Amino acid sequence: MASSAVALPRVYEERGLLSWLTTVDHKRIGILYILGAGFFALIGGLEALFIRTQLAVPNNQVLVGEAYNQVLTMHGTTMVFLVVMPVLAGLGNYVVPLMIGARDMAYPRLNAFGVWMFLLGGLFLNLSFLLGGAPDAGWFGYAPLTAKTFSKGTGIDFWILGLQLLGISSITSSINFVSTILLLRAPGLTLNRLPLFAWTTLVTAFLILFAMPSISAALFLLFLDRHLGTHFFNPAAGGDPLLWQHLFWFFGHPEVYIMILPAMGIVSEVLPVFSRKPLFGYTAVAYSSVAIGFIGFTVWAHHMFAVGLPDVVNAFFSAASMLVAVPTAIKVFNWIATIWGGAVRYRTPFLFAAAFVALFVIGGLSGLFLAAVPVDWQVTDTYFVVAHFHYTLFGGSMFAIVAGIYYWFPKITGRFLDERLGRLHFALQFIGFNLTFFPMHFLGLMGMPRRIYTYAPGLGWESLNLLATIGAFILALGFVVFFANIARSLVAGERAPDDPWDGHTLEWLTSSPPPPYNFARIPVVHSRRPAWDRKYTGNPHARPVAEIAGENDRQEGEDAPEKPIHLPAPSIWPLVIAAGLTVFALGLVTHWLFIPIGILLFAVGLARWATQPLFPEAASHS
Amino acid sequence: MARIRGAARGWARWGAVGLLIPGVWLTGCAAQSPSILAPVSPKGRAEAELFWFIFLITAGVFVLVETLLLYAVLRFRARDPHTVPPQIHGNNALEISWTTATALGLAVIFAMTWRTMAATSAPPADAMPVKVTGHQWWWEFEYPTLGITTANELVIPVGRPVRLTVTSADVIHSFWVPQLGGKMDAIPGRENTLWLQADVEGVYHGQCAELCGVSHANMRLRVRVVSDADFQRWVEAQRAPAAQPVEPLAQQGYQVFMSKACVGCHTINGTPAQGKVGPNLTHVGSRTTIAAGLLENTPENLARWLDNPPAIKPGSLMPRLGLTPEEIQALVAYLSSLK
Repeated sequence: MASSAVALPRVYEERGLLSWLTTVDHKRIGILYILGAGFFALIGGLEALFIRTQLAVPNNQVLVGEAYNQVLTMHGTTMVFLVVMPVLAGLGNYVVPLMIGARDMAYPRLNAFGVWMFLLGGLFLNLSFLLGGAPDAGWFGYAPLTAKTFSKGTGIDFWILGLQLLGISSITSSINFVSTILLLRAPGLTLNRLPLFAWTTLVTAFLILFAMPSISAALFLLFLDRHLGTHFFNPAAGGDPLLWQHLFWFFGHPEVYIMILPAMGIVSEVLPVFSRKPLFGYTAVAYSSVAIGFIGFTVWAHHMFAVGLPDVVNAFFSAASMLVAVPTAIKVFNWIATIWGGAVRYRTPFLFAAAFVALFVIGGLSGLFLAAVPVDWQVTDTYFVVAHFHYTLFGGSMFAIVAGIYYWFPKITGRFLDERLGRLHFALQFIGFNLTFFPMHFLGLMGMPRRIYTYAPGLGWESLNLLATIGAFILALGFVVFFANIARSLVAGERAPDDPWDGHTLEWLTSSPPPPYNFARIPVVHSRRPAWDRKYTGNPHARPVAEIAGENDRQEGEDAPEKPIHLPAPSIWPLVIAAGLTVFALGLVTHWLFIPIGILLFAVGLARWATQPLFPEAASHS
Repeated sequence: MARIRGAARGWARWGAVGLLIPGVWLTGCAAQSPSILAPVSPKGRAEAELFWFIFLITAGVFVLVETLLLYAVLRFRARDPHTVPPQIHGNNALEISWTTATALGLAVIFAMTWRTMAATSAPPADAMPVKVTGHQWWWEFEYPTLGITTANELVIPVGRPVRLTVTSADVIHSFWVPQLGGKMDAIPGRENTLWLQADVEGVYHGQCAELCGVSHANMRLRVRVVSDADFQRWVEAQRAPAAQPVEPLAQQGYQVFMSKACVGCHTINGTPAQGKVGPNLTHVGSRTTIAAGLLENTPENLARWLDNPPAIKPGSLMPRLGLTPEEIQALVAYLSSLK
């Protein structure tokens, strides 16, 4: 590639801490997202183990009352906002620009700001453990339990402001994804050829943009209620606690799809590659993602069937919720049809992706019980629901995320994750997961409510709870193996070629890891599987015609004269602005002195950001 | 081969667990659980029937889909890593079939859902009214037509419908007695209606189902379903004013109760104690449990509770009052006498 006629850009300080703090490269930002999510996953996982330890036997005393509620709340909040969402944002950041043949995200500095806001927002939330107690009202924070009267400490304030900071991060990253995917696709890459992971990331970004304002507004009103004496959620003064639930779930249910759609996208990439077939029913799978996104905004009150809404309202939301099952089923059938008739290779990414389908089906089917109003009156707020959403979010999202990490690890690092450890990890995670969460269906049916820190003996709940706890530790062991595999493979993993899996999409056309500018020449796309079709031309049974030969393997349209590549300059100011907002939030909860410091950091960062040219060498030419 | 064995092992284990758990569950729940699948009320039965109906459909879909998936994964494993299979991009007939089949199945489930809702939603006209108020962390039951106020134990006559008006004094709670039917949220500032009817005498476990603070797990309740005659006797007893203490120790307990903080929160009808914060204690001696169903109502447990309530129910709004052992013994004697 070095012999290329293309003017390769100057690469800014590639090494050292400073280069990471100032990076605007979507790949490094993606890695930061993933590492941050991995760190918070350790915390959230430990919290889960504490919960399961407490519930292993009746009347246990490991984690009681207030402490349990804090850990419970932080487990949910962490897994949703600090693990699943950011790791998907991280994979999206790393992979989507490569997949669509872009050099970077549309707004590189905004992208950097997003990741810093996520990392600092996550630290801010967890700081609450050290500064007077974590939030304790559940991840949904129902009013009026969150009112000052009932939650006097600062935990709820950390929760409100932490989620606001994280919301800012999500919104900026979504704006970036929408712009990038709609505007920066390689020539020939029409929406009708867009890889499914990019499709689902696009739909997810729209969901975040429309859902996030609802919770931001609700959190803002709650903050006013707590500190300025307003009464939005205070029934004694004419407010309404149900207003909170509507605002929260108008965000909260789309949030579920925000966490599952990109995961479905990953699976829609992995299954075809390891079956050596195109995705079956591409159009149906892509459009069903859009359909899930739309219908996802009309189902929120199925979380509220027991609040006393009129029957007709409940029936509407029941029907809408069942309707979501149609596009979901379409996906499942198409995934199975993708494997059907393929040449399936049992590599670790495939195992996790296939397990995703198997487990997500269970989560989807148990969801039907929750959509049926009279059954929901019985099982809502029980362990049946806990089982259901862990089958969708862990059996679903998390299995797909792990599949994606095994799949793209060679692209990101140039090394494979170890296959034998990978299979051990898979076995532990699959068995541990089902042992933990399958019994919870029965616990719910047997009358065990969720979010209770203890239970009496003699209700028939003992053995299943113990089983679930044993499963949780097996599951945890699986993640120990996973992290060990990552650590080991980073230094001693088998070297991976540029296209280790015989891939379909553009990211496999560039080197592993890719250069900062991704592609020396932007590839031109003629089909849905541009990488595959360069290897297997014409005859669907053809053997590979050529190894990937970088830019020599030019396709029609790629021999046009290249323009010089300009990469955006690194900048510290996104980090400074994110730090300013975080310090400001800290001031609102702890000492007022942090407020002016935060504002100062924010203002200086903003001013410097605005005056620093994005492309210094381009600016100096003019 | 090792690969396929690894995957098959996972599936086999999973299958074994799948078989084991229903076994454990069936023996467990038949014996002792407040299971929603062991309903004793018309509404609970309708809900359980709908559950089993959906279970039948989803179990069929589950078996079908997992079998297809497993078959595809096992059958189409590549023997030669360089095999390139036929490149099938899709099939419109298949897409239309599974979309239609799914939609039809869901339409049937929704129709049954609607039918069950319509059949169970409105309380019968002759239902006995009871007002249920959730408090952090106990339940208050008022029988407006009978002039009775009690706590944590709802006593109802067998076979007679009861209309519950459910609300809350503080945060959101949720009233739930699984064997008597679905739950209803207790929301401050709102009055929700729930009706239930128990067809079998007995004691049914229930508890708060909405996270309501520190002792959410300790907010339990019991529904005692009794015969008509027993209910009449219970009503008579509850409507009587509080028993006058007779024994000297109980009289001493009366003095302690009236002179300490107790009166600020509790009501005992016919005495100066008219507090409204805590449970009405007029007939506390007649209840089978104390502390929102956490403890059997025995003198020893009552003494433990009076000594240090937050040790038993964390966060309890009844603080540790610093009572002496003598005062506690006297109070126990008095409260136990309030049959």
